[in-house]
Amino acid sequence: MRPPRPRAAFALLGVAALLLVLAGCSSNRAGIYPYQWNIFWDSLLRPSPKIVNGIWLTVSIAVTSQIIGVILGIFGALGRLAKFWPARILANIYVWIFRGTPLLVQITLLYYGLLVARIYGWPDLVVLGITLPGQIQAGIFALGVNEGAYMTEIVRAGILSVDPGQLEAARSLGMTYPLAMRRIVLPQAARVIVPPLGNEFNNMLKTTSLLVVIAVPELYVTFEQLNGSGSTSFHPFELFLACAIWFLLLTTIWSIIQAFIERRVGRGYGGERPPGLFDRLFGARIRRVDDPSQVSGGR
Amino acid sequence: MTIDDQRHHQPHDLLEAIGGAPAPAGDVVVEATDVQKYFGRLHVLKGVSLTVKRRETVVVIGASGSGKTTFLRCINHLEKIQGGRIVVNGHLIGYRETDGKLVEDRERNIARQRMDIGMVFQRFNLFPHMTSLENIMEAPIRVRGVPEAEARDTAEALLERVGLALKRDAYPAQLSGGQQQRVAIARALAMKPALMLFDEPTSALDPEMIGEVLDVMEELAHEGMTMVVVSHEMGFARVAADRVVFMDDGMILEEGEHATLFDNPQNPRTKEFLSKIL
Repeated sequence: MRPPRPRAAFALLGVAALLLVLAGCSSNRAGIYPYQWNIFWDSLLRPSPKIVNGIWLTVSIAVTSQIIGVILGIFGALGRLAKFWPARILANIYVWIFRGTPLLVQITLLYYGLLVARIYGWPDLVVLGITLPGQIQAGIFALGVNEGAYMTEIVRAGILSVDPGQLEAARSLGMTYPLAMRRIVLPQAARVIVPPLGNEFNNMLKTTSLLVVIAVPELYVTFEQLNGSGSTSFHPFELFLACAIWFLLLTTIWSIIQAFIERRVGRGYGGERPPGLFDRLFGARIRRVDDPSQVSGGR
Repeated sequence: MTIDDQRHHQPHDLLEAIGGAPAPAGDVVVEATDVQKYFGRLHVLKGVSLTVKRRETVVVIGASGSGKTTFLRCINHLEKIQGGRIVVNGHLIGYRETDGKLVEDRERNIARQRMDIGMVFQRFNLFPHMTSLENIMEAPIRVRGVPEAEARDTAEALLERVGLALKRDAYPAQLSGGQQQRVAIARALAMKPALMLFDEPTSALDPEMIGEVLDVMEELAHEGMTMVVVSHEMGFARVAADRVVFMDDGMILEEGEHATLFDNPQNPRTKEFLSKIL
């Protein structure tokens, strides 16, 4: 018997109460820290163009990097599972390097390292009339390539979860390996891939803030700049609380989208429905499991 | 239970649905000569030779581990062979001959050869993310390049004739084992194969579902499809088999016309095996 878990909603209420207490302290002990709640509310309800731009950058960098990561992950997984041994070695080395070194180091090395050593200067690119600064290119590249290493393992697990009889059936109908992979194996692997992929993208949205080291003005960097200059200077509590809420909003929207995708790739399997929004948001029990060791955590 | 299941559906005109009996190039459809197969050091096929003529149904029986399923899988090159040769419809399967040596053929060529060899698996292996209809249409469209409307017509005709017209939009998980296997047979037929291979098609089924699958196979045999069937269904062998082949320890020990093998086995191993299963 496991002890009953307190409802996730109560935990959330607890956090809200704590915030209220903190806010309450401010009125009693004004002068120690000059709270300016209008900074908080303005950042949320009337975001400046800078903030809007930061949100837009965070989302577009995260989406682009994740797409690159998924594509690299599919090829990485096919490489790791290939009969052709050089492909296996290449894929293994890729995963080994990019999972084995800190993302922060990868970002710095790929941008500053290459730039200063004059190996690659990251010149601005004009794509569809939009100028893409070198830092953003380097950021997308580093996040995407890093993500690809993790996605390789996720896609590989997905492919391995598909019954080998499926590939045999496809081949017995005259399909070549690439066609059988594309039409038969990968769509079935998708069902296993999408939940951890959702985790990855949730992480990705937040990890974009690491691009602070190469000064990409995404959401976190924007708030750091607001904290460092102008009328909002040195109000970290109000500013970063608003920043956190913006990130929470983005990841929440994503979890709703993910639920739709899971339903879509789960076609034909019937039975268990994907967890509902409440369970998803508050991490409440997704499935009753008697043996807790069967529940695995995320990264 | 649906209307489909309640009345007994007699499968009919299966070959008509795919445009009549396919005509193989020669009279001999399968010619296997001295096939040798190893799994590592284990010698599983020790010189198997078998000839199957057009419109013939050959049933292969034998104990588990006798190599019968492995041999069947060699016929469409799901397994490599280490010696001998298998010719289907005049084409050497899986290999090409250069300077008298057999070299494994290119993937694309092997895939092309498999287009004409239908296979039905013990565990059905339907594509779970596609409906019955999509399962049947997939290969004709993607592999043969048949226009979608034509593939749909053929698939619907086949489903109707195996008694599953009402299940066209059902996913495999929503079908019983017997229904899944009938869809699997329709899926293989949709490629208009010259030869059908059945790998123990009823051994994963509940007893009450075996009949509906055997009915389809019997009908197919009577309509003149060339078939190699690995099965222990003696009832099917008696009514549908032109020849019964007994395999033991990687070799064909005995062959008999129709069901004579059951009634008058010559080899002591055959007698022993039959005494256990009959």
